[in-house]
Amino acid sequence: MTDSVIIVRDFRKTYGDLVAVDGISFEVERGEIFGLLGPNGAGKTSTLESLEGLRAPNGGSLQVAGVDPTREPRKLRNVIGVQLQTSGLPESITVDEAMKFFCAYHGVDPRFDLLDRLGLAEKRKAQYHQLSTGQQRRLSLALALAHNPSVLFLDEPTAGLDVATRVELHNIMREQQAEGTSIILATHDMSEAEEMSDRIAILLHGKVVTTGTPMEVTATGAGLTKVSVRTVGSSLSDPGVTFPAVSQRVSKDEYSIYFSTDIGPTVSAIIAHIQAKQDKLIDLRVERPSLEDRFLEITTTGDVQ
Amino acid sequence: MTAFVNHFSFEFRTGIRNKQLLFMNYLFPLGFYLMMGFIMPSINPLFLETLIPALVVFAILATTLLGLPDPLVKAREDGIFRSYKINGIPASSILTIPALTTMLHLVIVTAIITVTAPFLFDAPSPVNWLNYALAFLAMAVACAGISVLIGVVSSSTRMTVLWSQLIFIPSMLLGGLMIPYNMLPDAAGKISQLLPATQAMNAFNGLAMGAADYAPWGAPWGSVIVLVLSGALAFGLAIYLFNWDRRNPTQRGHPLMALLILLPYVVGIFLL
Repeated sequence: MTDSVIIVRDFRKTYGDLVAVDGISFEVERGEIFGLLGPNGAGKTSTLESLEGLRAPNGGSLQVAGVDPTREPRKLRNVIGVQLQTSGLPESITVDEAMKFFCAYHGVDPRFDLLDRLGLAEKRKAQYHQLSTGQQRRLSLALALAHNPSVLFLDEPTAGLDVATRVELHNIMREQQAEGTSIILATHDMSEAEEMSDRIAILLHGKVVTTGTPMEVTATGAGLTKVSVRTVGSSLSDPGVTFPAVSQRVSKDEYSIYFSTDIGPTVSAIIAHIQAKQDKLIDLRVERPSLEDRFLEITTTGDVQ
Repeated sequence: MTAFVNHFSFEFRTGIRNKQLLFMNYLFPLGFYLMMGFIMPSINPLFLETLIPALVVFAILATTLLGLPDPLVKAREDGIFRSYKINGIPASSILTIPALTTMLHLVIVTAIITVTAPFLFDAPSPVNWLNYALAFLAMAVACAGISVLIGVVSSSTRMTVLWSQLIFIPSMLLGGLMIPYNMLPDAAGKISQLLPATQAMNAFNGLAMGAADYAPWGAPWGSVIVLVLSGALAFGLAIYLFNWDRRNPTQRGHPLMALLILLPYVVGIFLL
């Protein structure tokens, strides 16, 4: 039996004649990081905003931690935390005031420890407009976490962050996940989605075109696996040498690079050929298609396998 | 209660910290008060009789109409209300707390004007302090309500300026601040009764300054009732018409419903 915290069933959202979301369904389990991906206008924001209670659906049903976002907005406030993409705070509010202000409305004690943790200890007296973009996003995250929500919505959480803060934010996400918090991650950063998400859904034209683990989604594509080989001798330099399942060969920086549709036979044949020519292998790298490759394949060709 | 105190405290400090609001809350009304206090009595000696109420009414008009609506519109445009909604901050708090903190700033400015005007300009002090406070509160509630309503129905900061000036400029010209009511032509006098400034001047002069014959229609308590009713109606309409988000096309009620705040003034013309 699954432990679904977010249940989206046949959800539909329209704006006049424009169908932004066209009957999508998915579930997010407790303690799961779920990546919601898609190009601009795919329906991500409408889906997120409806789950956050900011929009009313035009069809289907939504449930967040057992709460209907449209019918029970007060209950929803205490079970969700939202890091918005836009500012969301008055310019002249200080970091400390913001923490006290939001926690007071949630009925919890201010979590100043989160400010320290997110590198805002030195900025607690600074006004919001005096913070850098990265600091503003960190404050937004601290406020989203302060009341210990069971569902966390992160919209482009690492945009504008430096590497160290990005790593810290990922660590916090993993800690929250370990504590059972479900996280919906909306991002354009495919490497982040691939690294952090347990499962992802790709939206296109208001529909979920594919869903699964990042590995499953990338595996279903027609993408070619890249095999880069470097040897001591010149056993691979003859362009006439062919290997099974290889569709293309290029040379770059002393590497022979093969694009394979079936990695097993290709690698076996390359190694056998090197041995047969009494050459010596220096380096062999296999790179499967990334989530970004697969995302581009889906969003540009609409190809879903 | 903690949430209210936190919110109120933050909004009050914003009124001093934010340069634009500091100007509207303190520098503009007090600067205008000093300028008028030094210039007007030499042009029109009778102005001294109404100097305190006229400049308190001016301070209320300037601080509320020119200071309150714009931050509300900007907050909606910047997505701040979305963030508030997600975090459970009610619309009633978003609208009433800035109004209350503005009224607190006005209490300070009014106290400065009331205390210093007799010494600086030899202006007569109020003769009934309780009624003076009541007239102040009624006018502050009416103007704060109208200002919040303007902030709610304005589609942009430009429209905010337009709506605010539609009330502010006629109030300055016809409201009895610069020209006494009995010097206005009849038609202008009737029109001026639609303005909170006229009702406030009638209430201040009739109830607190010892000038019961200020307006020919008298009834200074009627003016207090009109102001309080219009303020309450304006806050009610503002909460009803409030929209969290400029991107949300679903709006409860039509912005033209805001014109209902004229109702107490229109009824006042016939009854008072």
